[in-house]
Amino acid sequence: MNTETQASLENRGSFGGMQVRSDADLNTENRIEIRNLDFYYGPTLPKALKGINLNLPDRQVTGMIGPSGCGKSTLLRVMNRMYSLYPGQRAEGEVLLDGENLLDASVDLNELRSKIGMVFQKPTPFPMTIYDNIAFGVRLHEKLSKAEMDQRVEWALTRAAIWTEVKDRLQASAMGLSGGQQQRLCIARTIAVRPEVILFDEPTSALDPISTLKIEELIDELKRDFTIAIVTHNMQQAARCADQVAFFYLGELIEVAPAAAMFTAPKHAKTQEYITGRFG
Amino acid sequence: MSTTTFDIATAPAKDQATARSLGRRRKMVDRLVRWACVGSTIIGLIFLASILATLLYRGFAALDLTVLTKEFEPTTYGDDTAPRGGLVHAIIGSLIQTGIGTAIGTPIGLLVGTYLAEYARGSKLGEAVRFVSDVLLSAPSILIGLFIYQMVVLPMGGFSGLAGSLALAIIVIPVVVRTTEDMLTLIPNTLREAVVALGAPKWKMVVLVTWRAALSGIVTGILLAFARITGETAPLLLTSFGNSVTSWSLGRSMASLPIAIYQQANSGFPDLIDIAWAGALLVTLGVLSVNIVARVLLRKRK
Repeated sequence: MNTETQASLENRGSFGGMQVRSDADLNTENRIEIRNLDFYYGPTLPKALKGINLNLPDRQVTGMIGPSGCGKSTLLRVMNRMYSLYPGQRAEGEVLLDGENLLDASVDLNELRSKIGMVFQKPTPFPMTIYDNIAFGVRLHEKLSKAEMDQRVEWALTRAAIWTEVKDRLQASAMGLSGGQQQRLCIARTIAVRPEVILFDEPTSALDPISTLKIEELIDELKRDFTIAIVTHNMQQAARCADQVAFFYLGELIEVAPAAAMFTAPKHAKTQEYITGRFG
Repeated sequence: MSTTTFDIATAPAKDQATARSLGRRRKMVDRLVRWACVGSTIIGLIFLASILATLLYRGFAALDLTVLTKEFEPTTYGDDTAPRGGLVHAIIGSLIQTGIGTAIGTPIGLLVGTYLAEYARGSKLGEAVRFVSDVLLSAPSILIGLFIYQMVVLPMGGFSGLAGSLALAIIVIPVVVRTTEDMLTLIPNTLREAVVALGAPKWKMVVLVTWRAALSGIVTGILLAFARITGETAPLLLTSFGNSVTSWSLGRSMASLPIAIYQQANSGFPDLIDIAWAGALLVTLGVLSVNIVARVLLRKRK
């Protein structure tokens, strides 16, 4: 951990041994607004999400916490329409991205996914060179010259804090990187497309503590330019990374509040029980 | 609920003698099973070794430059001045037919396998296609020969290299379908989702990422299919029939190693039977080397 991060962590104040962000002021402009969202995994299955209302403030980090099966990952997969890959899965309600409902049948999914990127739990490098991993997504949406592409790749890898580690082996296979490096490569690949929103689905649960810390620092840095939603099972991680925290339970959004308020004075008994580790 | 419960404090003590006799029994069964396995393996290996030893002994005794460079000649039995024949016509015919058969069967098999793994998961049509492909995989190859005889040989008015190649292609298809589907289903779904999450259309996901991720496995399947048709005899009997000279034309009957082996081994003349052994050795070495390449590729994957 570098001293700067150490200092910034200390500045955030703490509660019950957990460091919590002190900047309670949330941006009032919302990048994504979710209205009365219901979700079904199949025609005969019960609702997996029940009437969710949630705003993702522009260029801030929204942490989503809750026990396994509570619907937080499901919500992420609604926001980039990943569920559309699987016949039978269905969402009702509204998810507004810049005022446009992305659940509409007329939405171009490829364009939508260029605006809303996703980083998965397990690193998913493509079986190609490091350079091509980054260029792959860019080539889908933009026509760039070789020089422009070189710049974009360097920019993305730099922003993902992995450039110095890979700059001498851009033509090597991405499969040879360590798990933590692979995850940062996947983040670089996502931001190279220049999305507006990045969804992180438990991005550090397969990583060691050092790699986890690097990813968390990275998320903090990325929110200057991107609106971020992060699903995590790690309460400390939510406290360290998020500006706003949403607690889900059994498919319902129980409570949403600025991180400091959520971890110091949760309003609901269930939230209190969960964040103090009494269940989940 | 049962009212009796086990209580460790009042339960009778463990009987050491019973425990020991149970242990002895276990060891005996263990020894029995192990020796049954080892014994069966030894019996199997004896057969394999004796086949290989005979093949190597008789094959290498007969293999010389004449076999590799000359076409078929009638027997030299009783006439030492007569020219000795070879198998070059059959080697060329086999390479042509297996080459074309693989070239036709591979793209079809690859696309069908991709359809099954990427597009038809859980669909009724997919299940039907998979079933038909599996039936084809285990169909007697003479049946495929008969089918091509009816569909190609009779309408064309005669045996042809083309008919032989088509029969072999039909054998290649289900092999490639199976390995392609198996290799693609091994690719984790998260990789597919990661490609889609970048905004890639499905065909790009398949062609640029999942095929690439499964490449060595797919290539292995193609090589195994190639090896399989190299030794096929029955479907060629009814399609390309065989030829005693080199034919480069797909429109006429064409020689092949398995058929040349079949015919010369059946001739009853010792010198021709020797040539058949040389041919058998060539086929085996060819198949063996392709299999080794396939294994090396598959190991690289891990």
